[in-house]
Amino acid sequence: MLCVMARKAADDPLAPVTLVVGPEELLVDRAVSAVTRAVRAEDPEADIRDLAPGALQPGMLTELTSPSLFGERKVIVVRAAHDLGTDLVNELKAYLGAPADEVVLVITHLGGPKGKALLDAARKAGAREVACAKVTKAGDRLALVKTEFRTAGRSVTEDAARALVEAVGNDLRELAAACSQLAADTDGVIDEEIVARYYTGRAETSSFDVADKAVEGRAAEALEQLRWALSVGVAPVLVTSALAQGVRNIARLGGAPRGARPGDLARELGMPPWKLDRVRQQMRGWTPDGIVRALQAVAEADAAVKGGGSDPAYALEKAVVTVATVRNT
Amino acid sequence: MTVWDDLVGQDRVIAQLRSAAVGARGVLAGEESSGGMTHAWLFTGPPGSGRATAARAFAAALQCVSPDLSLGGEPGCGHCDGCHTSLTGTHADVDVVSTELLSIGVKETRDLVRRAALSPAGGRWQVIVLEDADRLTEGAGNVLLKAIEEPAPRTVWMLCAPSVEDALPTIRSRCRHVALRTPPVAAVADMLMRRDGIDPEMASYAARATGGNIDRARRLATDEQARSRRAEVLGLPLQLGDIGSCMAAAQRLVDAAAADAKEITAELDARETEELRNALGANGPGGRLPSGTAGVVKELENRQKKRATRTQRDCLDLALVDLTAFYRDVLTVQLGAPVPLDNEQVRPSVDRVARAGTPEDTLRRIEAILACREAIDANVAPLLAVEAMALTLRAG
Repeated sequence: MLCVMARKAADDPLAPVTLVVGPEELLVDRAVSAVTRAVRAEDPEADIRDLAPGALQPGMLTELTSPSLFGERKVIVVRAAHDLGTDLVNELKAYLGAPADEVVLVITHLGGPKGKALLDAARKAGAREVACAKVTKAGDRLALVKTEFRTAGRSVTEDAARALVEAVGNDLRELAAACSQLAADTDGVIDEEIVARYYTGRAETSSFDVADKAVEGRAAEALEQLRWALSVGVAPVLVTSALAQGVRNIARLGGAPRGARPGDLARELGMPPWKLDRVRQQMRGWTPDGIVRALQAVAEADAAVKGGGSDPAYALEKAVVTVATVRNT
Repeated sequence: MTVWDDLVGQDRVIAQLRSAAVGARGVLAGEESSGGMTHAWLFTGPPGSGRATAARAFAAALQCVSPDLSLGGEPGCGHCDGCHTSLTGTHADVDVVSTELLSIGVKETRDLVRRAALSPAGGRWQVIVLEDADRLTEGAGNVLLKAIEEPAPRTVWMLCAPSVEDALPTIRSRCRHVALRTPPVAAVADMLMRRDGIDPEMASYAARATGGNIDRARRLATDEQARSRRAEVLGLPLQLGDIGSCMAAAQRLVDAAAADAKEITAELDARETEELRNALGANGPGGRLPSGTAGVVKELENRQKKRATRTQRDCLDLALVDLTAFYRDVLTVQLGAPVPLDNEQVRPSVDRVARAGTPEDTLRRIEAILACREAIDANVAPLLAVEAMALTLRAG
């Protein structure tokens, strides 16, 4: 039986056991629906049981996997298998040793150390595995957007894909939804103009963007970033701490000995080398007096956002403008 | 020996509390007039003046069961059962409440109110000493109001706070106010010699350096590390050459406070955690906890974290107080005031800073330190607040 399974497990959605491992929900859902689609294609009458996390009770698995009177195919999806209790894990393991013929079992698992025994057992039994690792890199998100459009039979320009990712944000589900919406609403090649017609603005901006712009003296851009950051829910305290870090880095690098080796400097100031280069760029135009006033403004803003003032947004704007304008005084 | 011995340089307060204790005896005997005794007291005074000591001493005097009393002796003998157990904190009817956290919340306060409704087990007074009344949250203060206004007949509340303004106005108006003053330096030095057996020179140094704060003076006199930490802090004003060194000095100050706090809390944390794990039945150190108990451990960790925050702030605050004392000395020198310096041992640097600036500069610097203390109290990131202060100190 084992070798039969192993042979079938290559990349066949109809493999008796499919293991969907990883935290990226969109990909998990896609993997699950790929299996159900494949089964449906073969047998439109197939019985599909998608068990929500916690829905599997002891004893249920035997009942579900026992042959039915009509002999139709069955898909059983066990969600969040990492949360299963010991009894259920043992039942599943027993089943993995002797899978039923007409049943396709799909197990979704976060992939962490929790519930690892089941994962190992399934792998050992030769289950087909689909990896759904978290998508963290911007490049991967771009790739996903492009794939989405390709699957929909559309082509997209590089700039358009980038604009879409910037506007929609990092949530893959939202990105995929945006792609299918665009594909349905428009014709022809999807370019930046089309994306801009449907999606404008920025979904995500961090407190560090604000701080970087501010210490570089670009007041208008810094304020714009600040507004975006606040409206997408960045906490005001994060902005003050980023601003403080920005000014602090400049002050500390400014006070460091001139001829020090970059490696030593990085270690002494506790910054990675790339950061050091960046701060060196930002340092231009700063005077000691400016640093003093900037840091004091940030300290005031920090007190204000922590309950000392009535309007955190105003306090932050004031601090950002001060930091951005005192550098040349 | 009497219960008042540890109260240094507070003769007026001692007289007041003594007569109240005599009056309290009258109340117990069923006399009509209360003779200076009342059910709620608010002890105020600068840190280290002995607010809590005064409250405990008064509690002991109320619980005094000395046989001399029937012969006309004064309550508060200091060696009878009642006095002794009250002072050591084991008396059944004396509840001393203090907190290691940043505030005292509604939940803890409700327990106190319940306790205040009980009759005293020893038949005398049910005393509740709230050492950190200034840390009551507003909600917690409101919970106390009713219990303080009309407590059970034999319940006595004693609240301690640095100043009258630290207590809610509604609480203030329900208490009799006892104001302690900053004890004179000579009295503190005398007490260090008498009670802790510290040699006269060290005692007078510690008393002067801490400006009459008894607890700090004792720590400074007995703890070598406290002295070296203080020396570091006093060296700071001379290290404020350029921006970079200001930032570095600020970082050092904050790091030192964090290290101090860690040292204080780490040992305590480890012991508490181990005790809790044993109580929950974890098998041995590092063993697995039974399921369902993770929440309790988490709760303890949260409390420990809050305590660590408080301790770190306290350590930093001490350093800033030392720094204020330095600039006070600078001002003394600049104005040629005929008073002794707090920090005689660093006179050269005091003189140097004094020559380099005007009294106005010094006042601005002291203001900056006070502003920094306030900022830290208002939750501003400590490093940021200290950096801003260091830069202001440099600018003058």
